Amino acid sequence: MARNRPRPGVLNGLSHVALAVWALLIILPLLWTFLASFKNNTEIFGDPLQLPGALRLDSWGRAWDKAHIGQYMLNTVVVVFFGTAGTMLFGSMAAYVLARYTFVGNKLIYYYFVAGLAFPVFLALGPLFFVVKQFGLLNSHVGLVLVYIAYSLPFTVFFLAAFFRTLPQTVAEAAMIDGASHTRTFFQIMVPMARPGLISITIFNVLGQWNQYLLPLVLLAGDPDKWVLTQGIAKISTLAGYEADWPGLFAALSMTILPVMVVYIIFQRQIQSGLGSGALK
Amino acid sequence: MERLRKYGFVAGFLVVPLALYSVFVISPYVQAFQLSLTSWNGYSSIVRYVGLDNFGRLFDDEVFWQALRNHGIMLLVLPIATIVIALFLSFLLNLGGGTRGAGMSGVWGSKFYRVVFFFPQVLAVAVVGVLFQAVYRPDADGVINGVLARFGAEPVGWLTEPGLALWSIIAVMIWQGVGFYVVLFSAGMAAIPKDYFEAAALDGAGRVRLFFSITLPLLRDTIQVGWIYLGIAAFDGFALVQVLAGDKGEPDGATTILPVTIYKTAFAYNKVGYASAMGVALFFLTVTFAVLTLRTTRRERVEL
Repeated sequence: MARNRPRPGVLNGLSHVALAVWALLIILPLLWTFLASFKNNTEIFGDPLQLPGALRLDSWGRAWDKAHIGQYMLNTVVVVFFGTAGTMLFGSMAAYVLARYTFVGNKLIYYYFVAGLAFPVFLALGPLFFVVKQFGLLNSHVGLVLVYIAYSLPFTVFFLAAFFRTLPQTVAEAAMIDGASHTRTFFQIMVPMARPGLISITIFNVLGQWNQYLLPLVLLAGDPDKWVLTQGIAKISTLAGYEADWPGLFAALSMTILPVMVVYIIFQRQIQSGLGSGALK
Repeated sequence: MERLRKYGFVAGFLVVPLALYSVFVISPYVQAFQLSLTSWNGYSSIVRYVGLDNFGRLFDDEVFWQALRNHGIMLLVLPIATIVIALFLSFLLNLGGGTRGAGMSGVWGSKFYRVVFFFPQVLAVAVVGVLFQAVYRPDADGVINGVLARFGAEPVGWLTEPGLALWSIIAVMIWQGVGFYVVLFSAGMAAIPKDYFEAAALDGAGRVRLFFSITLPLLRDTIQVGWIYLGIAAFDGFALVQVLAGDKGEPDGATTILPVTIYKTAFAYNKVGYASAMGVALFFLTVTFAVLTLRTTRRERVEL
């Protein structure tokens, strides 16, 4: 057995302990939230390690209807769907042109887009409110979608331009010689070829827009019916205290966490590699 | 003709993205710089220029300095703690199993751990904030305090005690962030040729030695990227502080941070001009940090 040094068993054991401890630190608060949604108020304010006495589902109904989680969820899905779709369409169009065509101002426009990465959103906050207001788009989902697209463009263009540059030149040239227009070449040849890159950045944008809190807080403040999930949850947490509906709060939290968890477990490979490679570019 | 078609196509593909980006991103940024020189309140039609007055006021503003002090603490603690924990965990995950056959391997169950560790990263920060409100509740009903009570400890005001509140918030940022850096560092470790570890192990190097003499130096670039991300994150923390400490009124300014102050100054106190000046200060702080980090950590690349 020359290939192995004697393995220090203590060290191995310790490393498992360290990993398990961190895993528990993540799982326990989430599990506690989930269990708390089945508890009643007395149980929530009792011993935190106690399990719910019965499987009470009424808090989930209250959270969905009365606390408008259903409404917020629908709003979020609509905004994120159009926001991501728009970001991907316009982002890939701009990135493609900037990566593969030479024209006057190409470099300048590229840097103009990428410059957006350097600024903290907080700097734009005040003026952005008034710009959106001037267009009459305050408290509207259209306004929020357009703002999401605009703020997602710098990273999307940055990432996709790098990606389009790596694609082979020959296929596109062949298509052009066969008489395909520039637009057709893009949608029918280049977009399918760029699929891996497009998927990574789509996941990135879906996550970012789904989790966005600051922009809706500023742009949808005046119309609670239009709120998105993150805003709604933050609001419910303040309300829960007044109305003493703590199980409802935890049901609402569980409802927002569960779909993300399911999507994450299905796509975890793409999500991890997508965010990882995006970060290292 | 072909040239014209090409230019038409280029222009057609750029016009909408450029318009959206210019209107909603660039113009607010430019306006912010301009407004930072005014005393505009957000509604009056007269915009009065006051020169650099706002910046002068910043110097005398106790809240601003308090916020800077808090960012300073975060800038010191957040990157170091997150990177150390993430490096340790990813080393265990990727190489902790010791030498086996062809090379180093991770410990048993590393796939499962990687999925779990990353999970907080996909949760919305606002949701995480609400979650930790319950965890940090100051009375005996809080999750942590309830557990502590079993050991006979008095309940601790995690978010209400001025000396503790900021640390509690930083802990949540670390809790959420570590998973991302585990993935980042794992990718970096996977890129290190296996025979390096093998050769060193044959020479009798233990795991501690493997970590400090091989993994760490070869991971330099990745760690630098992580450091910059975490540094920029140390200037944010908006959603977390807003949700965790916002309503309770930031005990003695212990959790005051610039983004929340900017938000309040602009939308609660209607001092848009002054808020913009704070935004400009935040911008220069972030850029200075990134440039300094890049310059001080730039060294010869290790050739693989």
